[in-house]
Order: sequence, then structure tokens, then C-alpha cells
Amino acid sequence: MMKARRDVFQAIADPSRRAILVLVAAQSMTAGAIAAHFDTARPTISKHLHILTECELLQQEQNGREIYYHFNPEKIKAVADFIEPFRQMWEERFSRLEVLMKKFKTKK
Amino acid sequence: MEFKTKVHAGTGQQDLVITREFDLPVALLFKAYAEAEFLAQWMGTNVLKLESKKQGSYLLETKGKDGTVAFRAHGVIHDFIAGQKICRTFEMDGTDLGVQLEVYVFERLTENTSRLNMHVIYETAAQRDRVLKLPFTQGINWAHNRLQEVMKGNKHSS
Repeated sequence: MMKARRDVFQAIADPSRRAILVLVAAQSMTAGAIAAHFDTARPTISKHLHILTECELLQQEQNGREIYYHFNPEKIKAVADFIEPFRQMWEERFSRLEVLMKKFKTKK
Repeated sequence: MEFKTKVHAGTGQQDLVITREFDLPVALLFKAYAEAEFLAQWMGTNVLKLESKKQGSYLLETKGKDGTVAFRAHGVIHDFIAGQKICRTFEMDGTDLGVQLEVYVFERLTENTSRLNMHVIYETAAQRDRVLKLPFTQGINWAHNRLQEVMKGNKHSS
């Protein structure tokens, strides 16, 4: 069986889910209001909301009889944080390159 | 804080843009990529083959202390304009990260400064995101290996 991967990266790889995030980031909404913005079938939207909630990009809040979806900016920050070790790896390589070529220049 | 090396990874996109300014004339920056001797030193890998020309190819390999191959990557050079541009493919053997297309533009800023603009395009957005996680995953692996070594040492002494 395929292991369900529910990380932030998986969640934002889908264009419909990105569209939902953009929508909810502007304003908290109910599932019905979100679905009204798309031509997609309601169960499909529900599935997307489920995935986005599971990886905590969206948070649910009960408001009377309605459930509102909120955008969680902390979680999207995880994407930026993930890039940091990669950036540092290149920073190290480039610094080595600079030192190496400077030495070569002065030797010439 | 402004970093020298900038990585731009658009959410859900399948490419990366990496830029870095160097305190080097553009000719020297280019040389670091075009000549095996230099590439090997700053990349910390053996360069088994590097044909810096159009339709050339290259092969990189790093061996671990025990002699096993820890890293092996290869690609072809699609475009090569001396001092200005390299367009090549890159593929790491033994991974399912796919092939990536890399466009390197070497830009002269002043007589003694230059900028490298790297545009890297992956097969899918998911593969790009896995590559972004590599330093993190490797860090974990290295930590595990060290842990294992330490524990092995303890076993012998006990």
C-alpha cells in the first residue's frame, strides 16, 4: 500500500490546493463558501480541505453551527525554513570557490 | 539579513533560481566551472571527465573513506559560451531525483566583481522539493553514521 505522505510540500504541489490557500489566506471561509469559488465537485474540494487541514496549512474553527477554515502562516514558513540548509550548502560551496579563485589570481 | 547566496523556490513550481555575487572577475568565476582542476577543489569531488564545450559531457564521483562510491553524477553540456554561459543536464546516479536542466549565466558586474545566475529546472515539482530537502536528509544520515561509529566504539571497550 502506498504510504500517505501528508507534508506541506505534498499539500502545495497541487494547483487546486494552492488556489484554496490563496483564497483562505485573504479571508477565513466555510467549506461551502470555498467550494462556491470552484467548478470542482464538492467531494473533491472536501478532500483538498482535508489534506490541507491534516498538514496544518489550514485550521478549523467552530463558529456557531459553521466551521470556518483559517490560513496558518506558521506552517507555510516551514517551506521557507526547509530551503535554508540547501541555501547554506551552496553558500559554503561558493565561498570555497571564491577563496580558491582568489588564491589562483594572486599566484598568477 | 541579506545573504550572499539567494535561493528562490516558487511554491509548487518545478524550478529554482540561485544567485550569488562574487568578489572575482567574471573570467575567474567562469574558470571555476569550466576547468576540472578547479571544479574538483571547490565542489569537493573527483572530476573523472569534463569536456567544456558544446555537446561535451562530464562525470563527477566522490568516494567514501572505505572506497565505496558515495556520490556519482553526470550530464551533458548543451551550450557553452566561454566566460558567459553554460547550459547542462545534471543527474545524480542511484537516486530517483530525475534529471535536471541547469542554465548558468555568468555576469560581469565590475572589473573585479561578478554574479552567477543559476536556473535549475526539475522534471516535477515533487522532485525539486526532494532535492531541497537533501542537505537536511544527508545531515540526518551523517548524524546517524556518527552515532553508529560512537556506539561501535563503546561496544568494543565494554
